[in-house]
Amino acid sequence: MDKSMSLRAGVLSVVIFLFLLGLWQAATHTPEKTGGALTEYEQLMGKSTKKTAGMPTPAQMGETVKKHLSDPFYDKGPNDKGIGIQLAYSLARVGSGFLLAALVAIPLGFLIGMSPLLYRALDPFIQVLKPISPLAWMPLALYTIKDSATSSIFVIFICSVWPMLINTAYGVASVRRDWLNVARTLEVGVLRKAFRVILPAAAPTIMTGMRISMGIAWLVIVAAEMLVGGTGIGYFVWNEWNNLSLTNVIFAILMIGVVGMALDLMFGALQKLVTYVE
Amino acid sequence: MSDIRNPYDPASDLDAPCSCGQHASQSAHNSDEVSRTSIDAETLGQSVVESAMVRALFPNDRARRRFLGAVGANTAMAAIASVLPIGAMQALAQDKRAPEKKNLKIGFIPITCATPLILAHPLRYYAAEGLEVDVIKTAGWALIRDKVLNKEYDASHFLAPMPIAISMGIGSSQQAMNVATIQNINGQAITLANKHKNARDPKMWKGFKFAVPFEFSMHNFLLRYYVAEHGIDPDKDIQIRVVPPPEMVANLRAGNIDGYLGPDPFNQRAVYEEVGFIHLLTKELWDGHPCCSFGASTQFIKENPNSFAALFRAVLKAAALSRDPANRKTIAESIAPANYLNQPVPVLEQVLTGRYADGLGNVKNDPARIDFDPFPWYSMATWILSQMKRWGYIKGDVRWKDLTEQVYLLTDARKHMVAMGYKPPSENYRRITVMGKVFDHTAPDAYVASFAIKRA
Repeated sequence: MDKSMSLRAGVLSVVIFLFLLGLWQAATHTPEKTGGALTEYEQLMGKSTKKTAGMPTPAQMGETVKKHLSDPFYDKGPNDKGIGIQLAYSLARVGSGFLLAALVAIPLGFLIGMSPLLYRALDPFIQVLKPISPLAWMPLALYTIKDSATSSIFVIFICSVWPMLINTAYGVASVRRDWLNVARTLEVGVLRKAFRVILPAAAPTIMTGMRISMGIAWLVIVAAEMLVGGTGIGYFVWNEWNNLSLTNVIFAILMIGVVGMALDLMFGALQKLVTYVE
Repeated sequence: MSDIRNPYDPASDLDAPCSCGQHASQSAHNSDEVSRTSIDAETLGQSVVESAMVRALFPNDRARRRFLGAVGANTAMAAIASVLPIGAMQALAQDKRAPEKKNLKIGFIPITCATPLILAHPLRYYAAEGLEVDVIKTAGWALIRDKVLNKEYDASHFLAPMPIAISMGIGSSQQAMNVATIQNINGQAITLANKHKNARDPKMWKGFKFAVPFEFSMHNFLLRYYVAEHGIDPDKDIQIRVVPPPEMVANLRAGNIDGYLGPDPFNQRAVYEEVGFIHLLTKELWDGHPCCSFGASTQFIKENPNSFAALFRAVLKAAALSRDPANRKTIAESIAPANYLNQPVPVLEQVLTGRYADGLGNVKNDPARIDFDPFPWYSMATWILSQMKRWGYIKGDVRWKDLTEQVYLLTDARKHMVAMGYKPPSENYRRITVMGKVFDHTAPDAYVASFAIKRA
């Protein structure tokens, strides 16, 4: 029963996918104009050649995907690199910004979570800083840091620090009183209490914070790279937007989605690892 | 005549009297060959240097020929170049000092105005000067400004007014900048959305939204000048927004703006995509107006005079090449790839050759649509200052002559041009006529005062 259900669901998914493809093809298909020599004006307007702009048909899309994926690591100078290299640049930026944020947010979150006084003292700052769009920091970062590569890492840092900080603080603060009391009865040292009791207890909440942060960081990097340019998947989108090449933009969107999903799955798996049943 | 036998050719015999073996001496062979092929002095100098070096590496000519035959000339060239600074030695041999800084980053905006400084890259003009240059595509003018101020770029593509504004600390922190050469003259246009085909008179433009690439741009000043001459106040009757050039077509299509005074290829691209038409070329407002420039910070020039001189020569050489109408089609093809402009070749061809579709059903022919005259006239800078004063970007008195002659490196440009065998003009100022009105560079204050619509 269960098996036939998933089989039927799979078949239905394929049917829906094919139906959407068909719809796409029908919507974008334009009959080839034939007959009659073009005037010079028509030629200058590009009527004789295929234009890069406009909605691609599924077949053109497939071709583009194949072209990019068959040679993902080419390097034709500083402004034209393969999709693999661009994604690697973006991932490196997200990775370093995210790691920095984790290094700051988790210890600080621990402190805030363990001390109600600090929690109340820092709360107004967090509440003001949290809702600021990370990209709004960009001009300030460019001006003060004086380096565009570091500025984009800073933007990732600033957007991923808040969910981790708040979740860590919340997770640490809401460790069950009984467990802390048991630790106190056994006269466990502060460090030992932090690492052996609080950390495992708060780990699922902290992990959730990290997962949210990574999701946001991946959203923000595209916009940041469109702004700063140079390298990365966001720059790729911008460069193809300049050329009004929707096919390449759609391809980049697909890649952003796939990588974002992979990152989320990865953190999902980590989250499962630290989850416990009370 | 020097010995120009190709040292990387395994078949050529450096010890034989001449490279084909049929003449008594190499000079006899050369004089025979010169009549068939003409080689410019620089290429000749290069092969002499390389020949001398390869000779030093392989004193035995048979060993050289066996080596080249075994690994192939290209591999050998690359291998030798990787250990010996051939480029630098060639530069030295031409009585040029070795550059202080070899690896340079130059920023550019992907527009046809940047043709000379881009073109010097695929043509290896930078490499010939002993430089390793990365030309880096940048998302907008504000970012160019910031990256130059932060020293991420050593030299850059600028709008002609930008180095003046930055030198004065207007719109950014103050830092002394210089213009080495003008990149292009003309080459801009006013493009309007297709729905305004019947609104050709600027008096009908009240409430329109226009885009320009940057505040301190010829585009902003020319658009303001044009509408003001038609009685439209650019600050009150229309809205002028800053939009990076590459995003103009997308904004025009989306209806965010009614038109723009922007750089090519984005005027022609709007026509090509059938979203707009070319209302007029800026050439019709001021024939020979500057648009973009090539420059660097004064600090970079002071610290790296030889690197800067090498850049100067490479860009001047590329500009000279770009000026020739016969080269324009080839240029369109070489700057079209994704690494440079990332634009369809037919669009670039129409911009560069001046035979174009205007979007209204006409084919127009204007070979002077864009040109690449590199000479940085002082009068251009003075006019720019006059407009900055007119629209209130500069408050108070302006030291016209000092500013102009500090920022625009006219004498250096002339010196380099003379040394390279080009013929620069002998005057420093020349008459400028914008929309029929003459600008007297000796009385800029009176010029500013003479306009009916102004903020000064």
